[in-house]
Amino acid sequence: MQPDQSSSQDPGKISAETLVRDNIGWMMVVAQRLLIDRSLAEDAVQDALISALKHLDDFEERAKLKTWLHRITVNAALMKLRKIKRRAEQSIDLYQPEFDQNECRIEAPWTQVKSVEDILENEQRRTQVRSAIAQLPDDYRIVLLLRDIEGYSTSEVTAWLDISAHNVKIRLHRARAALKKLIEPVLRGEVLS
Amino acid sequence: MTESTKIGTMRRLKGVMLKRVHGMITCREFDEFINAYLDDELTSKERTRFKMHLFMCRECRDYLAAFERTIEVGSAVFNSSDEPVPNDVPESLINTILKIREGDEHAGDKKEK
Repeated sequence: MQPDQSSSQDPGKISAETLVRDNIGWMMVVAQRLLIDRSLAEDAVQDALISALKHLDDFEERAKLKTWLHRITVNAALMKLRKIKRRAEQSIDLYQPEFDQNECRIEAPWTQVKSVEDILENEQRRTQVRSAIAQLPDDYRIVLLLRDIEGYSTSEVTAWLDISAHNVKIRLHRARAALKKLIEPVLRGEVLS
Repeated sequence: MTESTKIGTMRRLKGVMLKRVHGMITCREFDEFINAYLDDELTSKERTRFKMHLFMCRECRDYLAAFERTIEVGSAVFNSSDEPVPNDVPESLINTILKIREGDEHAGDKKEK
Protein backbone atom coordinates (compact mmCIF):
# COMPACT_ATOMS: atom_id res chain seq x y z
CA MET A 1 0.00 0.00 0.00
CA GLN A 2 1.25 3.50 -0.75
CA PRO A 3 2.69 5.53 2.10
CA ASP A 4 0.14 7.71 3.79
CA GLN A 5 0.49 11.36 2.85
CA SER A 6 -2.21 12.57 5.17
CA SER A 7 -1.59 14.44 8.35
CA SER A 8 -1.64 12.59 11.62
CA GLN A 9 -4.61 14.54 12.90
CA ASP A 10 -7.10 12.82 15.16
CA PRO A 11 -9.93 11.79 12.84
CA GLY A 12 -12.36 11.91 15.72
CA LYS A 13 -12.00 15.67 15.73
CA ILE A 14 -12.72 16.18 12.05
CA SER A 15 -16.18 17.38 11.19
CA ALA A 16 -18.11 15.32 8.67
CA GLU A 17 -18.07 18.18 6.21
CA THR A 18 -14.29 18.67 6.45
CA LEU A 19 -13.66 14.98 5.97
CA VAL A 20 -15.89 14.91 2.89
CA ARG A 21 -14.54 18.09 1.31
CA ASP A 22 -10.88 17.29 1.99
CA ASN A 23 -11.01 13.80 0.53
CA ILE A 24 -13.76 13.55 -2.04
CA GLY A 25 -11.53 14.76 -4.92
CA TRP A 26 -8.83 12.10 -4.71
CA MET A 27 -11.40 9.44 -3.79
CA MET A 28 -13.21 10.25 -7.05
CA VAL A 29 -9.92 9.79 -8.93
CA VAL A 30 -9.36 6.34 -7.38
CA ALA A 31 -12.96 5.24 -7.97
CA GLN A 32 -12.97 6.50 -11.54
CA ARG A 33 -9.75 4.63 -12.36
CA LEU A 34 -11.38 1.42 -11.22
CA LEU A 35 -14.86 1.99 -12.59
CA ILE A 36 -14.06 4.17 -15.64
CA ASP A 37 -17.61 5.53 -15.59
CA ARG A 38 -17.98 8.87 -13.84
CA SER A 39 -21.49 8.39 -12.43
CA LEU A 40 -20.62 4.93 -11.09
CA ALA A 41 -17.56 6.45 -9.46
CA GLU A 42 -19.77 9.10 -7.80
CA ASP A 43 -22.05 6.33 -6.46
CA ALA A 44 -19.05 4.40 -5.12
CA VAL A 45 -17.56 7.47 -3.44
CA GLN A 46 -20.92 8.31 -1.90
CA ASP A 47 -21.13 4.76 -0.47
CA ALA A 48 -17.50 4.96 0.69
CA LEU A 49 -17.89 8.30 2.48
CA ILE A 50 -21.17 7.35 4.14
CA SER A 51 -19.54 4.16 5.39
CA ALA A 52 -16.46 6.09 6.54
CA LEU A 53 -18.56 8.64 8.43
CA LYS A 54 -20.55 5.86 10.05
CA HIS A 55 -17.39 4.15 11.31
CA LEU A 56 -15.32 7.23 12.04
CA ASP A 57 -15.71 6.75 15.79
CA ASP A 58 -14.38 3.18 15.58
CA PHE A 59 -11.45 4.27 13.46
CA GLU A 60 -8.17 3.21 15.03
CA GLU A 61 -5.59 5.95 15.07
CA ARG A 62 -2.73 3.63 14.26
CA ALA A 63 -3.99 3.31 10.72
CA LYS A 64 -3.75 6.61 8.93
CA LEU A 65 -6.84 8.37 7.69
CA LYS A 66 -5.96 8.44 3.99
CA THR A 67 -4.92 4.77 3.94
CA TRP A 68 -8.19 3.86 5.62
CA LEU A 69 -10.26 5.97 3.23
CA HIS A 70 -8.35 4.58 0.26
CA ARG A 71 -9.26 1.02 1.25
CA ILE A 72 -12.90 1.96 1.80
CA THR A 73 -12.99 3.62 -1.63
CA VAL A 74 -11.46 0.62 -3.39
CA ASN A 75 -13.86 -1.67 -1.57
CA ALA A 76 -16.89 0.41 -2.57
CA ALA A 77 -15.71 0.56 -6.18
CA LEU A 78 -15.15 -3.21 -6.35
CA MET A 79 -18.63 -3.81 -4.87
CA LYS A 80 -20.08 -1.55 -7.55
CA LEU A 81 -18.10 -3.33 -10.26
CA ARG A 82 -19.50 -6.71 -9.17
CA LYS A 83 -23.05 -5.42 -9.52
CA ILE A 84 -22.86 -3.78 -12.94
CA LYS A 85 -23.22 -5.41 -16.30
CA ARG A 86 -19.82 -6.14 -17.78
CA ARG A 87 -18.52 -4.07 -20.64
CA ALA A 88 -18.00 -5.72 -23.99
CA GLU A 89 -14.40 -6.84 -23.79
CA GLN A 90 -11.81 -8.14 -26.20
CA SER A 91 -10.03 -11.32 -25.21
CA ILE A 92 -6.69 -10.65 -23.56
CA ASP A 93 -5.25 -13.55 -25.58
CA LEU A 94 -5.02 -11.19 -28.55
CA TYR A 95 -2.33 -9.21 -26.75
CA GLN A 96 -0.09 -11.95 -25.38
CA PRO A 97 3.49 -12.59 -26.55
CA GLU A 98 3.92 -14.92 -29.49
CA PHE A 99 6.16 -17.98 -29.76
CA ASP A 100 6.97 -20.31 -32.66
CA GLN A 101 6.72 -24.12 -32.60
CA ASN A 102 10.13 -24.32 -30.87
CA GLU A 103 8.92 -21.99 -28.09
CA CYS A 104 11.08 -19.16 -29.43
CA ARG A 105 9.81 -15.62 -28.97
CA ILE A 106 8.57 -13.77 -32.03
CA GLU A 107 9.36 -10.12 -31.35
CA ALA A 108 10.08 -7.31 -33.79
CA PRO A 109 13.54 -5.85 -33.03
CA TRP A 110 13.62 -2.82 -30.74
CA THR A 111 16.00 -0.04 -31.71
CA GLN A 112 14.97 2.01 -28.68
CA VAL A 113 12.62 1.97 -25.70
CA LYS A 114 11.45 5.50 -24.93
CA SER A 115 12.25 6.75 -21.46
CA VAL A 116 9.48 7.31 -18.92
CA GLU A 117 10.24 11.05 -19.04
CA ASP A 118 9.91 11.14 -22.85
CA ILE A 119 6.57 9.41 -22.68
CA LEU A 120 5.18 11.47 -19.83
CA GLU A 121 6.16 14.84 -21.29
CA ASN A 122 3.70 14.37 -24.14
CA GLU A 123 0.02 14.70 -23.30
CA GLN A 124 -1.11 12.59 -26.24
CA ARG A 125 1.14 9.71 -25.14
CA ARG A 126 -0.08 9.91 -21.54
CA THR A 127 -3.66 9.76 -22.76
CA GLN A 128 -2.82 6.78 -24.98
CA VAL A 129 -1.34 4.86 -22.04
CA ARG A 130 -4.38 5.56 -19.86
CA SER A 131 -6.75 4.51 -22.65
CA ALA A 132 -4.76 1.31 -23.16
CA ILE A 133 -5.18 0.45 -19.48
CA ALA A 134 -8.90 1.19 -19.67
CA GLN A 135 -9.12 -1.15 -22.66
CA LEU A 136 -7.97 -4.21 -20.69
CA PRO A 137 -10.67 -6.69 -19.64
CA ASP A 138 -11.89 -5.88 -16.09
CA ASP A 139 -10.53 -9.08 -14.48
CA TYR A 140 -7.03 -8.09 -15.58
CA ARG A 141 -7.34 -4.31 -15.44
CA ILE A 142 -8.38 -4.36 -11.78
CA VAL A 143 -5.42 -6.55 -10.75
CA LEU A 144 -3.02 -4.30 -12.68
CA LEU A 145 -4.48 -1.15 -11.09
CA LEU A 146 -4.46 -2.53 -7.55
CA ARG A 147 -0.93 -3.95 -7.79
CA ASP A 148 1.00 -1.58 -10.04
CA ILE A 149 -0.82 1.71 -9.55
CA GLU A 150 -2.52 1.67 -6.14
CA GLY A 151 0.40 -0.28 -4.65
CA TYR A 152 -1.42 -3.13 -2.87
CA SER A 153 0.34 -6.45 -2.27
CA THR A 154 -0.58 -9.77 -3.87
CA SER A 155 -2.12 -11.00 -0.61
CA GLU A 156 -4.25 -7.86 -0.27
CA VAL A 157 -5.53 -8.26 -3.84
CA THR A 158 -6.13 -11.97 -3.20
CA ALA A 159 -8.40 -11.12 -0.27
CA TRP A 160 -10.28 -8.41 -2.15
CA LEU A 161 -10.99 -10.40 -5.27
CA ASP A 162 -11.40 -13.73 -3.52
CA ILE A 163 -9.03 -15.51 -5.90
CA SER A 164 -5.79 -17.39 -5.22
CA ALA A 165 -2.39 -15.69 -5.09
CA HIS A 166 -1.40 -17.80 -8.10
CA ASN A 167 -4.36 -16.43 -10.02
CA VAL A 168 -3.49 -12.85 -9.05
CA LYS A 169 0.05 -13.38 -10.35
CA ILE A 170 -1.14 -14.91 -13.62
CA ARG A 171 -3.62 -12.09 -14.20
CA LEU A 172 -1.00 -9.47 -13.41
CA HIS A 173 1.48 -11.06 -15.81
CA ARG A 174 -1.06 -11.24 -18.61
CA ALA A 175 -2.28 -7.70 -17.93
CA ARG A 176 1.26 -6.30 -18.06
CA ALA A 177 2.01 -8.25 -21.25
CA ALA A 178 -1.19 -7.00 -22.87
CA LEU A 179 -0.48 -3.43 -21.83
CA LYS A 180 3.02 -3.70 -23.28
CA LYS A 181 1.54 -4.82 -26.59
CA LEU A 182 -1.09 -2.08 -26.56
CA ILE A 183 1.36 0.74 -25.86
CA GLU A 184 4.16 -0.57 -28.08
CA PRO A 185 3.89 2.35 -30.51
CA VAL A 186 4.27 4.74 -27.55
CA LEU A 187 7.28 2.83 -26.18
CA ARG A 188 8.86 2.75 -29.63
CA GLY A 189 8.28 6.47 -30.10
CA GLU A 190 5.83 5.99 -32.96
CA VAL A 191 2.55 7.83 -33.28
CA LEU A 192 -0.59 5.85 -32.60
CA SER A 193 -3.30 6.00 -35.20
CA MET B 1 17.37 -15.99 -48.90
CA THR B 2 15.08 -13.15 -47.78
CA GLU B 3 15.57 -11.35 -44.46
CA SER B 4 12.46 -12.92 -42.93
CA THR B 5 13.53 -16.44 -44.01
CA LYS B 6 16.94 -15.79 -42.49
CA ILE B 7 15.36 -14.62 -39.20
CA GLY B 8 13.05 -17.66 -39.22
CA THR B 9 15.97 -20.06 -39.74
CA MET B 10 18.04 -18.43 -37.00
CA ARG B 11 15.09 -18.59 -34.64
CA ARG B 12 14.52 -22.28 -35.40
CA LEU B 13 18.17 -23.06 -34.70
CA LYS B 14 18.08 -21.10 -31.47
CA GLY B 15 14.88 -22.86 -30.41
CA VAL B 16 16.35 -26.32 -31.02
CA MET B 17 19.55 -25.35 -29.18
CA LEU B 18 17.70 -23.93 -26.15
CA LYS B 19 15.57 -27.07 -25.90
CA ARG B 20 18.51 -29.47 -26.10
CA VAL B 21 21.27 -27.81 -24.12
CA HIS B 22 21.17 -28.85 -20.47
CA GLY B 23 20.35 -26.01 -18.07
CA MET B 24 18.87 -23.73 -20.71
CA ILE B 25 15.24 -22.60 -20.82
CA THR B 26 13.10 -21.74 -23.83
CA CYS B 27 11.65 -18.27 -24.46
CA ARG B 28 8.24 -19.50 -23.32
CA GLU B 29 9.71 -20.73 -20.02
CA PHE B 30 11.62 -17.47 -19.71
CA ASP B 31 8.33 -15.61 -20.14
CA GLU B 32 6.73 -17.59 -17.31
CA PHE B 33 9.60 -16.55 -15.03
CA ILE B 34 9.45 -12.81 -15.72
CA ASN B 35 7.16 -11.68 -12.90
CA ALA B 36 8.88 -13.92 -10.35
CA TYR B 37 12.20 -12.48 -11.52
CA LEU B 38 10.92 -8.91 -11.10
CA ASP B 39 9.52 -9.77 -7.65
CA ASP B 40 12.81 -11.47 -6.72
CA GLU B 41 11.02 -14.76 -6.14
CA LEU B 42 13.16 -17.07 -8.31
CA THR B 43 15.34 -19.74 -6.71
CA SER B 44 19.06 -19.29 -7.35
CA LYS B 45 18.95 -22.12 -9.92
CA GLU B 46 16.01 -20.52 -11.74
CA ARG B 47 17.69 -17.14 -11.60
CA THR B 48 20.86 -18.52 -13.18
CA ARG B 49 18.83 -20.10 -15.99
CA PHE B 50 16.89 -16.89 -16.47
CA LYS B 51 20.10 -14.84 -16.71
CA MET B 52 21.71 -17.33 -19.11
CA HIS B 53 18.71 -17.11 -21.38
CA LEU B 54 18.78 -13.33 -21.18
CA PHE B 55 22.42 -13.36 -22.24
CA MET B 56 21.72 -15.65 -25.20
CA CYS B 57 18.44 -14.23 -26.52
CA ARG B 58 18.14 -10.77 -28.04
CA GLU B 59 14.35 -11.04 -28.45
CA CYS B 60 13.86 -11.75 -24.74
CA ARG B 61 16.30 -8.99 -23.77
CA ASP B 62 14.31 -6.51 -25.86
CA TYR B 63 11.03 -7.89 -24.58
CA LEU B 64 12.07 -7.64 -20.92
CA ALA B 65 13.27 -4.04 -21.36
CA ALA B 66 9.95 -3.04 -22.93
CA PHE B 67 7.99 -5.03 -20.32
CA GLU B 68 9.77 -3.27 -17.43
CA ARG B 69 9.27 0.12 -19.07
CA THR B 70 5.55 -0.69 -19.43
CA ILE B 71 5.25 -1.22 -15.67
CA GLU B 72 7.08 2.06 -14.96
CA VAL B 73 5.01 4.03 -17.45
CA GLY B 74 1.71 2.50 -16.29
CA SER B 75 2.44 3.53 -12.73
CA ALA B 76 3.86 6.97 -13.56
CA VAL B 77 1.05 7.98 -15.88
CA PHE B 78 -1.41 7.99 -13.01
CA ASN B 79 0.89 10.01 -10.80
CA SER B 80 1.45 12.73 -13.38
CA SER B 81 -0.22 16.01 -12.60
CA ASP B 82 -2.65 15.99 -15.53
CA GLU B 83 -4.64 12.93 -14.54
CA PRO B 84 -8.19 14.09 -14.98
CA VAL B 85 -8.92 15.15 -11.39
CA PRO B 86 -12.57 15.89 -10.88
CA ASN B 87 -12.13 19.39 -9.45
CA ASP B 88 -15.74 19.76 -10.33
CA VAL B 89 -17.03 17.30 -7.73
CA PRO B 90 -20.67 18.27 -7.76
CA GLU B 91 -21.82 20.16 -4.69
CA SER B 92 -25.00 18.08 -4.87
CA LEU B 93 -22.97 14.92 -4.21
CA ILE B 94 -21.34 16.46 -1.14
CA ASN B 95 -24.73 17.66 0.12
CA THR B 96 -26.32 14.25 -0.45
CA ILE B 97 -23.58 12.54 1.58
CA LEU B 98 -23.89 15.06 4.42
CA LYS B 99 -27.70 14.78 4.45
CA ILE B 100 -27.55 10.98 4.63
CA ARG B 101 -25.02 11.32 7.44
CA GLU B 102 -27.32 13.75 9.26
CA GLY B 103 -30.26 11.38 8.80
CA ASP B 104 -28.22 8.48 10.20
CA GLU B 105 -27.25 10.56 13.23
CA HIS B 106 -30.85 11.55 13.93
CA ALA B 107 -31.98 7.94 13.55
CA GLY B 108 -29.28 6.96 16.06
CA ASP B 109 -30.39 9.67 18.49
CA LYS B 110 -34.01 8.47 18.31
CA LYS B 111 -32.97 4.89 18.98
CA GLU B 112 -30.99 5.98 22.05
CA LYS B 113 -34.03 7.84 23.39
